[in-house]
Amino acid sequence: MDAGNDWAAAFFGLYNYWIVVVLMMVGFYIVIAHGNLIKKIIGLTIFQTSVFIYYISMGNVDGGTAPILADNISQYSNPLPHVLILTAIVVGIATTALGLALAIRIKESYGTIEEEIIQGMDNPG
Amino acid sequence: MIAHLPILQVIVPLIAAPLCLILRRAHLVWLFALFASGIAFLTSILLLQQVMDTGTIVYELGGWEAPWGIEYRIDKLNAFLLLIITMISTVVLMAAKKGIEKEISSEKHTLFYVLYLLSLTGMLGIVATGDAFNVFVFLEISSLSAYALIALGNDRRALWAAYQYLIMGTIGATFILIGIGMMYQMTGTLNMEDLSRRLPEISQTRTVFAAFAFVIVGICLKLALFPLHLWLPNAYSYAPSIVTAFFAATATKVAIYLLIRFTFSVFGLTFSFTTLPLQTLFIVLGLLGIFVASTTAIYQQNVKRLFAYSSIAQIGYMIVGFSISSVTGLTATLLHVFNHALMKSALFLALGAVMYRVGSVDLKHFHGLGRQMPLTMAAIVVGGLSLIGVPLTVGFVSKWYLLLALIEQGWWPVAVLVLLGSLLAIIYVWRIVEAAYFKPPLANTGDIKEAPLQYLIPIWILILANIYFGIDTRLTVSVAQAASQSLFGVGL
Amino acid sequence: MDSLRFCNPKTIKEDNAIELLIDIVLLSFLVCIAFAIVRMKDLFAVIMLAGMYGLLSASFFVTMDAVDVAFTEASVGAGISTLLMLTTISMTGRYENTTRHRPMLALVVVFVTGSLLIYGTLDMPYFGSAQAPIQLHVAPHYINNSMSEIGIPNIVTSALASYRGFDTFGEVVVIFTAGVAVWALLMVNVQRRKNTEIDDANNSTHEQHFIVRFVAKMLIPFILLFALYVQFHGDYGPGGGFQAGVIFAAAIILYSMVFGLNTARRVISQPIVQLLTAAGVLLYGSVGIVSLLSGGNFLDYNVLSADPIAGQHLGILLIELGVGCTVASVMILIYFNFSGRKNDRELEEHKETT
Repeated sequence: MDAGNDWAAAFFGLYNYWIVVVLMMVGFYIVIAHGNLIKKIIGLTIFQTSVFIYYISMGNVDGGTAPILADNISQYSNPLPHVLILTAIVVGIATTALGLALAIRIKESYGTIEEEIIQGMDNPG
Repeated sequence: MIAHLPILQVIVPLIAAPLCLILRRAHLVWLFALFASGIAFLTSILLLQQVMDTGTIVYELGGWEAPWGIEYRIDKLNAFLLLIITMISTVVLMAAKKGIEKEISSEKHTLFYVLYLLSLTGMLGIVATGDAFNVFVFLEISSLSAYALIALGNDRRALWAAYQYLIMGTIGATFILIGIGMMYQMTGTLNMEDLSRRLPEISQTRTVFAAFAFVIVGICLKLALFPLHLWLPNAYSYAPSIVTAFFAATATKVAIYLLIRFTFSVFGLTFSFTTLPLQTLFIVLGLLGIFVASTTAIYQQNVKRLFAYSSIAQIGYMIVGFSISSVTGLTATLLHVFNHALMKSALFLALGAVMYRVGSVDLKHFHGLGRQMPLTMAAIVVGGLSLIGVPLTVGFVSKWYLLLALIEQGWWPVAVLVLLGSLLAIIYVWRIVEAAYFKPPLANTGDIKEAPLQYLIPIWILILANIYFGIDTRLTVSVAQAASQSLFGVGL
Repeated sequence: MDSLRFCNPKTIKEDNAIELLIDIVLLSFLVCIAFAIVRMKDLFAVIMLAGMYGLLSASFFVTMDAVDVAFTEASVGAGISTLLMLTTISMTGRYENTTRHRPMLALVVVFVTGSLLIYGTLDMPYFGSAQAPIQLHVAPHYINNSMSEIGIPNIVTSALASYRGFDTFGEVVVIFTAGVAVWALLMVNVQRRKNTEIDDANNSTHEQHFIVRFVAKMLIPFILLFALYVQFHGDYGPGGGFQAGVIFAAAIILYSMVFGLNTARRVISQPIVQLLTAAGVLLYGSVGIVSLLSGGNFLDYNVLSADPIAGQHLGILLIELGVGCTVASVMILIYFNFSGRKNDRELEEHKETT
């Protein structure tokens, strides 16, 4: 196997994960760089959804099919990551709902949902 | 029923939580929650006894053998942690009825107990399980309830603290999820025991290295290890006093447990301490944490915040002990986990009592409290002495073992720094003593009475435990030593 | 290390070229949307984009054979979470400030984390490889033995409800926790809402849209019926308690959006919803306790009936009901609290102006 072939194999074998990394990092960037509390939560959902994509990608098998047993199918994709991510999605929506509820209460008591302004109000001077 | 103890440990508080919602009447709910937590405490005592006698207990959930199903695996380490968590939870709950009376509006009292039990369930679940993904699920139960409990605080800053904690906590949990995903991808299993067998073969891969890094960083976020501690001071200062007393004593301890579990049991000692310069890194971060947090504590005006910073410093001691990676070092860390839980829950409960009578925990409102609330203030003094590490208190025992471990390794400079760090504790504790005993009471405070018995009893139970376990160290030291030895694989 | 790379280098054959194309198109859409979300300041647009992100990732999950996950992601990512976010920005304001919070530091953190991740991918088994460790250990047991051990065709349901049933129990508790937490945070003072005058004012706005109301009335029974189908068909196809619960909740939420929150509350009162959230968790837990009392381990369904397979069927049916019950009622509870808070605020503003 020559080097060029190796690189191509690596590219086609891994590009999926690389894109997922980019997606995760965009979400992560929104969480830490943006000051708007709603936007932060949206960033968090992007971050988490991208992690889900990573998990689901790893379970995929070439030529496989959805893991529901049927006759004359021999190759199934891996069901375990699906199970894990079903749970993780539920955890994600639970966190989102709670975060949004907090944002509503913060808006009511601070009058704003911008991080800089809130911190300015808490530490005057 | 004895065979089912490991699962009863977790499902008793779990099932009690929705039942509380059905009971509705806050008074009944309090008694019921106390009862459930008490049962969990008894369970943990029985479990610890059983583990010390017969060794590790394995419980297959759903009757499915691991790694196909999820198993609970109780060894000396997590039996010890289970005992600490349920003990603190029960004692703190005793004070909860009075504690939340003035700090949480009455229509939310039932929900408070539900969330409290859920938080307890989450922590117990994290500690008891032998499955990496199950850790994530229960981590989220404990975190979500923690965010809500902190947000129940009266001050609007409690909301902001809860939000910040939610963001940091979720980032941490997602990092852990990424790490678990990578481990799973490389081994095909989620069971910790199975992982520890399969990881060594592939320990040289870059994926396992990244998995390790993500799990550790994720845990350190939850642990509030310096410099990832920024969420902690606000969360502890503005949460209702009962919540602070509970979390300060348990939440970071659970994170320490996870750190030990993943480094020692899953990745293995040699991998954990050779692939990354973990030892140097953690020693430096631990010492920095001790000094920066203790110094910051000295300048705080809000006493709850002062002790919150002191908690970050105490985490530093635990991390130093952990990174020595010797049997004695780990024993010191485990002892400090137990001892610090005793001190901090007592101190924060006492602050809750001050909050109950005075309505504020600012240092200036402590003036003259030594005479007005003698028993509460005496408790704070003894707790403070324990925090400093004065002989005859538990604080001395863990510091003693930490120094022994450092000297064993010949790390004199670190030992000296640890001692210097304790001197800083003297300063911040002294500021409270000075305010309470040597300053005249403020003119317009009116008549401040001693704290009610419902506060005093749990506070003094914890304070007496601080002294008792400081004198009679057989139980704690033997368990911590046995747990530590089994993790290093000696003396089995 | 090469021993991990069992697979042959992937050659692009004609039959999977189309799959590759779909894959690349979906992923590049996702990247575009993610960057658009960073740039946009209008939160309404951002939320719509986030909903699309959810829907597109659901489509991606379908191409990855994860039909159950796709179903859930579509209903959560594109459905419930979009709805909650829209309700939230109607209270908190639509536009984001332009200031960034220490953008350089954030970029550095993101860059370091991203590099570490990329570094970690370098030794991963190749995408789609049938020889990757996860295809050789644990999962084959589910694929080969679930029919004889549990007896239902959907392996995801087998693993979710039985092999890893305790995780799912934890998941139900997570959603229950979220319900209680949101309720504790957004609880509105009940006495204030007694004012019927404002009820009417609120409801009148909903009465104007005749066509919407008519269509909604037509749709709701079918949505509920579909929810029941998904609930009980999870053993054989994609679906199960979680998806059914979300769909069921969607029907109620649609009703309350079209006919007003107070009308919806008269149909399903909040105390009942609250009880149902607890009831689902208790149903799940009691299945575990019954199996414990019948001599098995916690959640061991084999002992629920004389025939282990029948026991598994019964256990899975019951716990899926518990999941559906808690999920539906928590979603309704969360929505009621979000939109109740909104009504309350509008009412306050109304009072202030008059």
